Amino acid sequence: MKKAIKIDEGDNVATVTSDISEGEEVNVLSPKGAVVLRTKALDAIPFGHKIALAYLDRADEVIKYGETIGIASRPIGVGAWVHTHNVESARVPTSVFRSKSP
Amino acid sequence: MTEFYGYKRSDGSVGVRNHLLVLAPINCSFEPAKRIAAQVEGAVAVTQHHGCGLNRMVVNTLVGIGRNPNVVGVLFVGLGCETLTSEVLAEGIETTGKPVEIVVCQRDGGTLKTIEKGTRILQKMTQEFAKLRWEPFPLSELTLAVECGGSDTTSGLAANPATGIAADMLLDEGGTVIISEPQEMTGTQHVLARRAVNQRVAEAINQMIARQERGMKARGINSRFMSKGNIDGGLTTIEEKSLGAIRKGGTRPIQGVLENSSRRLERPTQDGLWLQDGTGSDIPSMTHMVAAGAQVVAFTTGRGSTVGHAVAPVLKITGNPETYASMVDNMDINAGTILDGSESLRSVGERIFRALVEVASGRKTKAEALGYRDFAVFGRN
Repeated sequence: MKKAIKIDEGDNVATVTSDISEGEEVNVLSPKGAVVLRTKALDAIPFGHKIALAYLDRADEVIKYGETIGIASRPIGVGAWVHTHNVESARVPTSVFRSKSP
Repeated sequence: MTEFYGYKRSDGSVGVRNHLLVLAPINCSFEPAKRIAAQVEGAVAVTQHHGCGLNRMVVNTLVGIGRNPNVVGVLFVGLGCETLTSEVLAEGIETTGKPVEIVVCQRDGGTLKTIEKGTRILQKMTQEFAKLRWEPFPLSELTLAVECGGSDTTSGLAANPATGIAADMLLDEGGTVIISEPQEMTGTQHVLARRAVNQRVAEAINQMIARQERGMKARGINSRFMSKGNIDGGLTTIEEKSLGAIRKGGTRPIQGVLENSSRRLERPTQDGLWLQDGTGSDIPSMTHMVAAGAQVVAFTTGRGSTVGHAVAPVLKITGNPETYASMVDNMDINAGTILDGSESLRSVGERIFRALVEVASGRKTKAEALGYRDFAVFGRN
């Protein structure tokens, strides 16, 4: 079974520990190692990327490390890949990082 | 209550190692310093590379290193014409009550006579070690520095959160933790300020990060930049990247910002988590946290790092199982077990905590066992 790790109990995303194909089942583990959710991946998710654990509406906060890491820029379903295509930084638009070099 | 074994110093602090520091205040006298240290058991030679002028930030850092409780005695090896004299540094260290001696090449008759004189002084100092008593102490006597280098995708997922759990365990037993590298805190001002113990500390955190961003901008660096590698690795926003870095310091309230400048080098004034307004490169960053009193360093890495430190043991933690396998000579802790699900974050965090207590009590880290004695000072004018 493929796995994803929730770093803080309050997170609504988890990080996958291997490449995941669309439709694969994923076990989501709490920081203490308990399976807190079993869900089907809605998208292919690369190793180290995030999977949604709850439905997120547009403008909802994305929580990792128990803190807001960004704002959903469109609705995100449970099991969806969460990245720059559906999340914006609450501090600086992520597109800035992609269009400019240091 | 967890205890560790260490050595009580005359100023009341507790050392976890007994290093004799052979300190060349300038690199012109580093060769004789190294030769003296090579002849005496337990001696380690260090210097700095910012010239012989009176750079106050360098002075404050070297004084802090000499005052660190892991240092039992200091022998200065000077050239003689430097403005940054051994006497200036000795004055700041002597108040700890530890032995401080000085030899100077121009005064003591050149290399060979200076080496002979210095070696005799150091030989005598090392014999005094026999009088030291190894005793148990509560963790409130321990200060841990956390550092990361050679990060990858696994750092924010495994090594940093697990080390943060160990940091929280130490803090909950009354210990102290220092985290530095303020340039990696960009985008998390609001999170860190919310964790401050009071409004004054919250303002100090905001000011420190704003100052760092201005400084980086002046040098032509966009501190909010995320590389293509960061994004390909799964980091979505600058907040996520920075939160992953600061997680290694744990999640407890922040007691204050430690100034690290030409004016002063502050040390924690009470137990708890402290931010240091320090530098970013791994070795100087460790040096400045050790100068602020840290006796042990927890170092997280993804791609792998080989560094140790001249004055404090460095425990190396990787969340990347491939790095652990390929660099097992350098890695103390495999946090990569989190990735295959064979171990929880909590369980690895507890393992790191136990390893830190063992290392504080004398167990050598892999970098120490290989004789790594890295040292560098950052000197902003």
